[in-house]
Amino acid sequence: MVITERSHAAAPRDLAAPAIAIRDLTVAYRETPVLWDIDLDIPAGTLTAIIGPNGAGKSTLIKAALGLVPAAAGSVEIFVRPYDEQRLRVGYVPQRGSVDWDFPTNALDVVLMGTYGRLGWIRRPGRAEREVAMRCLDQVGMADFARRQISQLSGGQQQRVFLARALAQDADLYIMDEPFAGVDATTERAIVDLLRVLQARGKTVVCVHHDLESAPDYFDWLVLLNVRVMAAGPFAETFTPENLARTYGGRISLLSRLAEELEGRA
Amino acid sequence: MSGLLRDLLFDYTLRNVALGSALLGIVSGVLGTFALLRRQGLLGDALAHAALPGICLAFLLTGSKAPIVLLLGAGIAGWVGTMLLLLIVRRTLLSEDAALGIVLSTFFGVGVTLLTFINQRGDANQAGLDKYLFGQAAALVARDVITFAILGGAALLLVLLFSKEFTLLTFDPAFASSLGFGTTRLSILLTSLIVVAVVIGLQTVGVVLMAAMLIGPAAAARQWTNRLAPMIALSALFGATAGVSGALLSFTRQGLPTGPTIVLTLTAIVFGSLLFAPARGLVWDRLRQRHRALSGPMPTPVALVESEGSRP
Repeated sequence: MVITERSHAAAPRDLAAPAIAIRDLTVAYRETPVLWDIDLDIPAGTLTAIIGPNGAGKSTLIKAALGLVPAAAGSVEIFVRPYDEQRLRVGYVPQRGSVDWDFPTNALDVVLMGTYGRLGWIRRPGRAEREVAMRCLDQVGMADFARRQISQLSGGQQQRVFLARALAQDADLYIMDEPFAGVDATTERAIVDLLRVLQARGKTVVCVHHDLESAPDYFDWLVLLNVRVMAAGPFAETFTPENLARTYGGRISLLSRLAEELEGRA
Repeated sequence: MSGLLRDLLFDYTLRNVALGSALLGIVSGVLGTFALLRRQGLLGDALAHAALPGICLAFLLTGSKAPIVLLLGAGIAGWVGTMLLLLIVRRTLLSEDAALGIVLSTFFGVGVTLLTFINQRGDANQAGLDKYLFGQAAALVARDVITFAILGGAALLLVLLFSKEFTLLTFDPAFASSLGFGTTRLSILLTSLIVVAVVIGLQTVGVVLMAAMLIGPAAAARQWTNRLAPMIALSALFGATAGVSGALLSFTRQGLPTGPTIVLTLTAIVFGSLLFAPARGLVWDRLRQRHRALSGPMPTPVALVESEGSRP
């Protein structure tokens, strides 16, 4: 990825500055562009949803921002500095399905991995790290499952373990890939509560989200994505039938239903 | 039995063979755990086959049959094979198993061709290179065992140092990368250590059977525990047990080759573990199913949690 040094990189930390600033980001798989010329500022302190149809490049966008997939062009800054300098301020929650849950480990050990970034190479986690991990498990209501082998947790419990691992990073910006996908009602509530707590503590949270119906209740900033950024801004202003129609193209039935719902809300 | 124990302690040949096989079992047991959990069970197979042309080239270039020279050649060729493998996976659309197959068969083909060429030269010195195909543990001498101990000890020390990083890489490489741990460098280091295990195994079990030494102990160990550290320890123990008991078995029976006997002993441990391990054994699984069927359609709460959690 090309990360250009920007002139204001040395500026003092400014709360009004965006948590994520993406410029001219293009990602291509072979010849096909997956993300095209993305320009995006996500303000600090927001709960942001990235929404778009399947294949819109939502996961790719956050992976490219985190340097996990190579970008053809563009730059990403986190809190007005190149991402490489800011890794410790970013907590990443991958999709739950991205790991093998039959791995021989328990919930506490997975959460402990969140402290590895600060520990750096070779140094091992000790009592202090274990206490942090336990606190984070407790925060997502999973303290009783600390010693449980991870394959013996339900999908929602596994998702909460992933969230606890991100909490253990003690980051300023949390980037989550579909945290609500396939979770039970208890977990969904736990995640929503957690997002609110994080926001109250001044953290920024960016979630890839797939459920249009729940999105207005959970988030206050919206990015509509379909290979390009179709619209971005404060949630209520951006979540309009016109913007959704442009983002989702021809899926009329879903859109008309949503339009009715939106009018019902108004 | 006591006679066997005395031989194990005092018979020069048996002691070397048993020690060398035990060292191989420990090193391949530890590294095989990571290979198995990364779903790279056949990586060791490809690396072992890739080592054969290295052995032949080392002999052709130096004219020496000294194990240290040949194993250096094997290590270099195995490492080149690894890098080629990573390159193919990275730069082409081929999946990892296809890349493994290509590297394995190409290198092995070149190796067998070179071996035939060397044999046909009628060089009085050539005899014995083909022992690396199936191993010749009975020919291990004290110097080999010391070489194994140094190589294996260094590999195990590195695993100990980087155990946190290797665990992270194995469980969740994307997360490891987001924390700033270079996953490419870590992968290369881990795979290079597997090359070391392969090099140790070439003299003992040979190119063809080496894969079993990497997969077997780890697969058996996974059956008995749900934690990584005990799994690694158990895998090393199974590897060492198979090594020593295989060496003893082949010592007591004339005409039993050591390498294959070690692998067969290991196979017995693997099958025993697959069938009878308490939580994951197939036998208990079948019994539980029958019990459940007999006691009616209502699953117990524990079973409910397990079935819900096993496939999200």
